[in-house]
Amino acid sequence: MTTHADQLAVDVRGLRKQYGDVTAVDGIDLGIRQGEVFGLLGPNGAGKSTTVEILQGNRRRDAGEVSVLGSDPATGTRAWRSRVGIVWQDESAPAELTVGETVRHFSCYYPNPRDPEEVIGLVGLEEKAGSRIKSLSGGQRRRLDVALGVIGGPELLLLDEPTTGFDPAARRQFWELIRRLADEGTTILLTTHYLEEAEALADRLAVIARGRVVAEGEPAALRERFGTEATVEWTEADGSPRSERTDTPTRTVAGLTQRFDGEIPGLRVSRPTLEDVYLRLTGLEDAR
Amino acid sequence: MTTTGVRPRTTTANGRLPGAWGLGLRRGALEIRQFFRQRDQVVFTFAFPVVFLFLFASIFSNDVKGAGITASQLYVPAMMAAGIMSTSFQSLGISIAIERDEKVLRRLRGTPMPPAAYFFGKIWLVLVTGALETAILLVVGTTLYDVDLPSDLGKWADFGWIFVLGLTACALLGIAISSVPKTGRSATSVVVLPFLVLQFISGVYISVDTIPDWMLNIGALFPLKWMCQGLRGVFLPDSAKVLEQAGDWEFGRIALVLGAWCVGGLLLCLLTFRWKGRRDG
Repeated sequence: MTTHADQLAVDVRGLRKQYGDVTAVDGIDLGIRQGEVFGLLGPNGAGKSTTVEILQGNRRRDAGEVSVLGSDPATGTRAWRSRVGIVWQDESAPAELTVGETVRHFSCYYPNPRDPEEVIGLVGLEEKAGSRIKSLSGGQRRRLDVALGVIGGPELLLLDEPTTGFDPAARRQFWELIRRLADEGTTILLTTHYLEEAEALADRLAVIARGRVVAEGEPAALRERFGTEATVEWTEADGSPRSERTDTPTRTVAGLTQRFDGEIPGLRVSRPTLEDVYLRLTGLEDAR
Repeated sequence: MTTTGVRPRTTTANGRLPGAWGLGLRRGALEIRQFFRQRDQVVFTFAFPVVFLFLFASIFSNDVKGAGITASQLYVPAMMAAGIMSTSFQSLGISIAIERDEKVLRRLRGTPMPPAAYFFGKIWLVLVTGALETAILLVVGTTLYDVDLPSDLGKWADFGWIFVLGLTACALLGIAISSVPKTGRSATSVVVLPFLVLQFISGVYISVDTIPDWMLNIGALFPLKWMCQGLRGVFLPDSAKVLEQAGDWEFGRIALVLGAWCVGGLLLCLLTFRWKGRRDG
């Protein structure tokens, strides 16, 4: 078997998965390049976790072709597992062991592990290396999870909603960690329902909703493509707020200028944010 | 397999996948360390059979008619067998169910650890805790309840294989039953009930000559009855043979049944073991 540098790290075509009557994944295509940080963005229940679990080799698919680092995860060998790092959505490590013991022990499973002390430093847990896991805070546990995900020196790191439940400061620290790993050349797939997280980290992202990819591309390009329509807002003479969606906001404003003969009360012209695009794509707009 | 990836660090290094046996030893050391750090679990595991031995052997201490022994003496090998089953079957059945529920198992499955290494680690753990438990019960039995250590080397050899086969069979059954409870919380009741029933119909709490034959025959399908019988054969005088269903210790049959359970238990584990909880699909 030969893999090429230009081969996709993750190549998914027509992926499907049903749970009873519920279709969780309904024909997803994904292509993740080597060395890329790819964001899988979508609301809860969109099929993100199911997709990632199939890529991990921890869930069987109903249909579709899946190649992760050149192999089918459903038949992943030990050698394949040693090249893929996993950070689960909900984690637990043995509470009675210390951080150092756990990281050192997990390094024994891999043929070419990273240095445990270096990895502990990478996730910023040096001061906790001798502490029992049960004494760690939620954010520290999450960083330990990442340490266990990268201890084997993976070529591909799969992170499933890694920052859910983080406070903003912890989330920023975590982003720094992901950027550092990406700089080292690790291919990273990250699921999230935090838009700013996808925008901050991902080179490219796919928005999924109801088991389908509804948009894919670079964050800025997505905003461009789906966000040409501007919104013009103003206040009528009787005090009632008005708004209009238009591709030609200048013309709308010119018309208003004539009508109000000068200053337009409460004028605001806005381009949609990525969040607006996301909400429109995922059909959550009305829920706002 | 040739691989020309973009990351030479992982593709050209000469590291090989570590073997299951070596990793099993490391896992065993880790399991033992974890076990002894949980004080309440240590106390509960070791004290339970000792407390029961003390209660039963002190309450029932009369001479057993025509057998040349006291009821207290009868309880020492019985509690040793129950102790072996509790450190293997009961503690593994409960702890693995909890590990599965807390997704410790799923995480291990996501690493290149060979599954056998996990089972080897568990066997090392129960070998250590089972040996400790048996030693404690033996000390209590010889000092308080007049049980004599066998002077014959052959009896010690019998003790050795009964211990290893019985412990292994019960450990494998414990691993198998850990897949039954839906959650870690229900594990204790699911595991303790069959263990308790077996103790009643295998001659642990109640002497085999008092148990109805049909009950004893059901008990005889499982390892505990044979472990009790074998340990009686090791630690009681031959005059006590009269109490046995067959009037003999039946060492050959004991080896056969326990050996069969080791093989059957292994198959059961391989066929039914789950790395994920039921709710994880």
